[in-house]
Amino acid sequence: MLFSQIPERSVYAMIAIIAVLITATIIQFIISYKNPDKDYTELRQRTLSWWWIIALLFLFLGMGSSATIVFFAFISFLALKEFLSIVSTRQADRNVVFGAYIAIPLQYYWVAEAWYGMFIIFIPVYLFLFIPMRMVLKGETEGFIKAAGTLHWAVMLTVFSVSHIAYLMVLPGGNLLAGGVGLVIYLLFLTQFNDVSQYTWGKLLGRHKIIPKVSPNKTWEGFLGGLLTITMTAGLLAPYLTPLTQLQGFAAGFIISAGGFFGDVVISSVKRDLKIKDCGNLIPGHGGILDRMDSLIYTAPLFFHFVYYLHF
Amino acid sequence: MKQIINRLLKILFVAIIVKPVILIILGLNIKGRQKLPLKGPAIIAANHNSHLDTMVMFSLYPLAKVHKLRPVAAADYFLSNPLIAWFSLNVIGIIPLSRKGSTRKDLLKDNLFEGCHEALDNGDVLLIFPEGTRGEPEKTSKLKKGLYYLCKDRTDTKIIPVMTYGLGRALPRGEALFVPFICDVVVGDELPEFAASTELVELLSERYALLLNSCLTYKAK
Repeated sequence: MLFSQIPERSVYAMIAIIAVLITATIIQFIISYKNPDKDYTELRQRTLSWWWIIALLFLFLGMGSSATIVFFAFISFLALKEFLSIVSTRQADRNVVFGAYIAIPLQYYWVAEAWYGMFIIFIPVYLFLFIPMRMVLKGETEGFIKAAGTLHWAVMLTVFSVSHIAYLMVLPGGNLLAGGVGLVIYLLFLTQFNDVSQYTWGKLLGRHKIIPKVSPNKTWEGFLGGLLTITMTAGLLAPYLTPLTQLQGFAAGFIISAGGFFGDVVISSVKRDLKIKDCGNLIPGHGGILDRMDSLIYTAPLFFHFVYYLHF
Repeated sequence: MKQIINRLLKILFVAIIVKPVILIILGLNIKGRQKLPLKGPAIIAANHNSHLDTMVMFSLYPLAKVHKLRPVAAADYFLSNPLIAWFSLNVIGIIPLSRKGSTRKDLLKDNLFEGCHEALDNGDVLLIFPEGTRGEPEKTSKLKKGLYYLCKDRTDTKIIPVMTYGLGRALPRGEALFVPFICDVVVGDELPEFAASTELVELLSERYALLLNSCLTYKAK
């Protein structure tokens, strides 16, 4: 049965997230009702997209770990495709790009098998070696270094990093009252809440620019405000949803907040380099899938290894 | 009866194969979708890099309207093999056009375009690739004048330029391996009136250049 295998605490966490979303939707309606002459299309689209994201995520989480693994494999596919579409690729490398896509089912198969050793080296070692090898067989040397680097980087960002979220589902033991779903929700919620907190603190108190060349709107006040908020929240939630103690939870929150910041600005730098505003238009009001996943690219592996080192 | 079956086949083909392949496996960045003509008589003048161009246009149409879209396609290429010919004529609903005819001055142009005129009179939307052939990946070849001869006497037909970009990466000419890449589709504004074939070609080239600039993946080149 759908949702029946989700541990109790994770069900409560899901209900809480839906409550947050309902509140946000009501606030959005009030704002646009009070200012009828202003255009809130983007805000409306953004909220509606959140409903879709949460609905899909919860649906797949509810169907169990295999379904969740397939779900994140598909997310990796969309993200990799989006990345490869905005960066330049050589026409001669079409076969190699195809090989990069093949890495997705393989990587998630290791996840499904909970074959940790393979999961952790497949892309950093084997794919790393495979990409230039396949390129050599084609024989095009013009732009070789850039092409090999770009392709491997793309798979590291969109497949290797993202697959860590799925691996949280197959970790044995841990906090049995929340399960793997608890870890996934903990990570995803804190990462997205960190984006919101940094933005809100920045809007409220922002004075000193932190990294003006990349993101002119990011401030020290926003960053530190987010760091404090997420560290506190993470510590409070940790014993409930994860195997972490409260103290370890504070550290996890610190890692998620700082990591999320860097994921965000790394993808911002990519966009600046390519002179584009959004990576795509898959998610109305958000941009492309990479625009939504940017922080997770950093937080997922960092959080995973923190938890893995301490408890598995 | 045959018409109904063909229309049904087309809807099934678009719903089961075209839409999932184009919208999920390939993926599109769509701009100006509301400018797409859902009713004829109208002509979509698109650039041509891949067989996927046609599929992309079909994927943009609602299933109830897909039968309205009629690609104009080279008779020598699509009718040479009986299986492909059957599929092209009955499922895709192409209007075959003889490419040889355009070089022979003695052949009446009206005759050549008979099928096109019939479809336009019927309120269909023609999909025409003014480049005539797929050409090099991601390069717009020299535009041919056929489009001008088709619409010079038609005042009822609007021409909508459409730029697709990135399909030459996903499935270029002569390659069998399909590699997923997100592609751009930008629908432009209706073309204004024109007096001569050179004017139309110029107008269209200008529009293509403009539309190309709003392609997200164009920067990737």
